[in-house]
Amino acid sequence: MTQQPVLTARGLTKRYGRVTALNNCDFDLYPGEILAVIGDNGAGKSTLIKAISGAVIPDEGTIELDGKQVLFRSPIEAREAGIETVYQNLALSPALSIADNMFLGREIRKPGPLGSWFRMLDRPAMEKRARDKLTELGLMTIQNISQAVETLSGGQRQGVAVARAAAFGSKVVIMDEPTAALGVKESRRVLELILDVKKRGLPIVLISHNMPHVFEVADRIHIHRLGRRLCVVDPKQVSMSDAVALMTGAKKPPEDALAA
Amino acid sequence: MSQIQEFEKVLSGSDTSVAAFEEHGKSFVKRAQHFLHSTPAAVPLIVLVLSIIIFGIAIGGRFFSSYTLTLILQQIAIVGILGAAQTLVILTAGIDLSIGVIMVISAVIMGNCAITYGMPTILAVLLGLAAGAACGLLNGLLVAYMKLPPFIVTLGTWNIVMATNFIYSANETIRDADVDAQAPLLHFFALSFRVGSAVLTAGVIAMVLLVMLLWYVLNHTAWGRHVYAVGDDPEAAKLSGIQTKSVLMAVYTLAGLIAAFAAWVSIGRNGSISPSAAVTDYNLQAITATVIGGISLFGGRGSILGTLFGAMIVGVVSMGLNMLGADPQWKVLLTGVLIIGAVAIDQWIRKVSV
Repeated sequence: MTQQPVLTARGLTKRYGRVTALNNCDFDLYPGEILAVIGDNGAGKSTLIKAISGAVIPDEGTIELDGKQVLFRSPIEAREAGIETVYQNLALSPALSIADNMFLGREIRKPGPLGSWFRMLDRPAMEKRARDKLTELGLMTIQNISQAVETLSGGQRQGVAVARAAAFGSKVVIMDEPTAALGVKESRRVLELILDVKKRGLPIVLISHNMPHVFEVADRIHIHRLGRRLCVVDPKQVSMSDAVALMTGAKKPPEDALAA
Repeated sequence: MSQIQEFEKVLSGSDTSVAAFEEHGKSFVKRAQHFLHSTPAAVPLIVLVLSIIIFGIAIGGRFFSSYTLTLILQQIAIVGILGAAQTLVILTAGIDLSIGVIMVISAVIMGNCAITYGMPTILAVLLGLAAGAACGLLNGLLVAYMKLPPFIVTLGTWNIVMATNFIYSANETIRDADVDAQAPLLHFFALSFRVGSAVLTAGVIAMVLLVMLLWYVLNHTAWGRHVYAVGDDPEAAKLSGIQTKSVLMAVYTLAGLIAAFAAWVSIGRNGSISPSAAVTDYNLQAITATVIGGISLFGGRGSILGTLFGAMIVGVVSMGLNMLGADPQWKVLLTGVLIIGAVAIDQWIRKVSV
């Protein structure tokens, strides 16, 4: 590819005591693409994602966003830079309402003195936008936007988290297993949403174990093994079984593995 | 568009309206559970009303008089204000054992500055408030940045502040008459208004206004929602972009500041300023009011209005038993029963979605 990558990482290393989660790992994300990251359990996918979303500070290595080196010390800094993440554990507060959760950390305040002096939240506006986003995602089974998240099913919670990322991401959207807990219809909606987000020109990093989903939407597949990038493959040229063979070590990567 | 798989084709015809169900299928108990889940202050309110009715029947018209009922409010003003501070801390899944002694040392500092050092009273009050906030700030630093458990931190500062209080004051009481003569402003919250036979003090009004203000902040500002989120699931709050450390710092500091405000109210109620009040278990009374008020000790759940009702329940029970001429130990026993009952109900309400 001749384009400049949006997000690159070089030589990321992260150790937890004696456990090495990332071992000199590289990463490239190009504009407008969907990059799937696949790998065995424990290969370090989640740590890689946390490093680029600011939840983990790597011990070594550099990250560049739009060609400028960045160092995220917290997820807030990554979010402010435009990187939005759907975490595997969803990062929702169970006792708060759906609307409160979607706007957690970036609440809308009422216009005028009520908002600026009394810091009053604009609940109707937050609830309306939350409802719009959920409708866009097809999450019609959520009856009450002000119900607590803990009263939702697992799939509905996932939908809320995905809707939140889609609503706020401006440079990169990272999704860690976004369809893992969803039903057929919700999975389809999430995949369509991923393609919608792509159409708006936003690149997406998709971590998934679901090979049909990965091969359906991904433009490139980053195969992660033993804490580093083993190779990047084109889903149109590689079969699912080849990809699985690569990520489990059953097959050696081709020589020009990074060219794809 | 992606290549839709065969079994997914029917999705284009799926229902697009928001789901709605008729409610008649639910049992009364289930509906009550859902109601209590969405209205956490309801349980203590119901218990409060029931206890007023029970004691009213047992004692008769004397108990229902507005004089008696407002006297109860006067008696719980200090614990109610401390309970409001405690509520903030417990909502973050913490606990503040030092809150009672912070109040006492703040009162001693206000009294000493105004009377012993002869400072302007308003300055003395501000110094007392600052001292309370500083104690709270110390708790906050240790909890948020040193990541020590709140129980241990405040157990430590409880002893430290109590000892400092006795060393600094040499355990000398400042007499009521001296306060009245030299710093009447310190007695501001003793001001009382008569409405018929009802007697309201400025302290009672301050307690109610403070609880209403905190209710607004907790429910209608971003910061308030962050307090709940931090107590609910700190990891999720952090990943959602909340500065959990500064929220914790602010909560403990504010708790210290409110405790110092309670000190000012307590000077009005007690008249004199006595360092030996530090041995009173104000912190436990505040925790009791909070727990009976339905604030979950696990954090993130409950309404501060419940704390106010919780303090009133304790006030009604102790006044009622008093008027019945019961042994004061019955009040202690009943408080214990209420605490255990409140936590049991909290656990039941939490299971709403299961």
